[in-house]
Amino acid sequence: MSKTSRTGITMPAQAKKGAIIEIRAIVQHDMETGYRYTEDGKRIPRDIIRLFTCQYNGEEVFRADFYPGIGANPLIIFTTVAVASGTLVFKWAGDDGYEAVNQAQITVP
Amino acid sequence: MCMSALGLLGLSSWMVPSLTMAKKPEAMEAIAKIIGSSTIRDGRVNLVIPPLVESGNLVVLKLSIESPMTANDYVKSVHVISEANPSPNMFTAYFTPRSGRAQLTTRVRLADSQRVWAIAQMSDGSFFRGYADTLVTLSACTEMI
Repeated sequence: MSKTSRTGITMPAQAKKGAIIEIRAIVQHDMETGYRYTEDGKRIPRDIIRLFTCQYNGEEVFRADFYPGIGANPLIIFTTVAVASGTLVFKWAGDDGYEAVNQAQITVP
Repeated sequence: MCMSALGLLGLSSWMVPSLTMAKKPEAMEAIAKIIGSSTIRDGRVNLVIPPLVESGNLVVLKLSIESPMTANDYVKSVHVISEANPSPNMFTAYFTPRSGRAQLTTRVRLADSQRVWAIAQMSDGSFFRGYADTLVTLSACTEMI
């Protein structure tokens, strides 16, 4: 089984059609940079999340590439236009087969 | 100006092994790679990081780019580049007209006092840039465990 961890999404459950909504996506991850050493001088290998995507009813609306410059437990706050009721799917992928998926429903009356 | 301030406060890069540090030329190289043969203009990009940071391990970074964000005129991507981190690329975000606004917030690591650049590419292919300077008193990514 591939690696995964806890994720959290905060966004409105309901929005007017055409409104811009804010989405907060957080994921539990050390984001080990690959630039740190143990006390006996061994380099700690890089282990980071590299990709985050957000799909809204199957269409990608936002994507981000992460590098070691992103802090531990990556948080990203971004926006999207509420176009229709449906499902937003959030995916994270990273080193060592890391994968996480979360989703949220939105109602657009 | 930044350098002299560092000298006065005694906060130069002594905390950081110089071997692992990206130098400013590497950041410029990373930017050159992004824009290719295009030219880059100042403006439209607003990058906010605190001017004084106690710990570089988790620094809130806010970014917004002026754009109507319509189907024909939107921000395609934004690359955030560090002048002093071990690797210049921090993150890249890709917007769409459905983003509504070209803005985001995240938390980054800063290895040292430095300038951070944000390079935005618009849907017509043009590039704009903005930057923010910050003073870091405790570096990220060099502590032993």
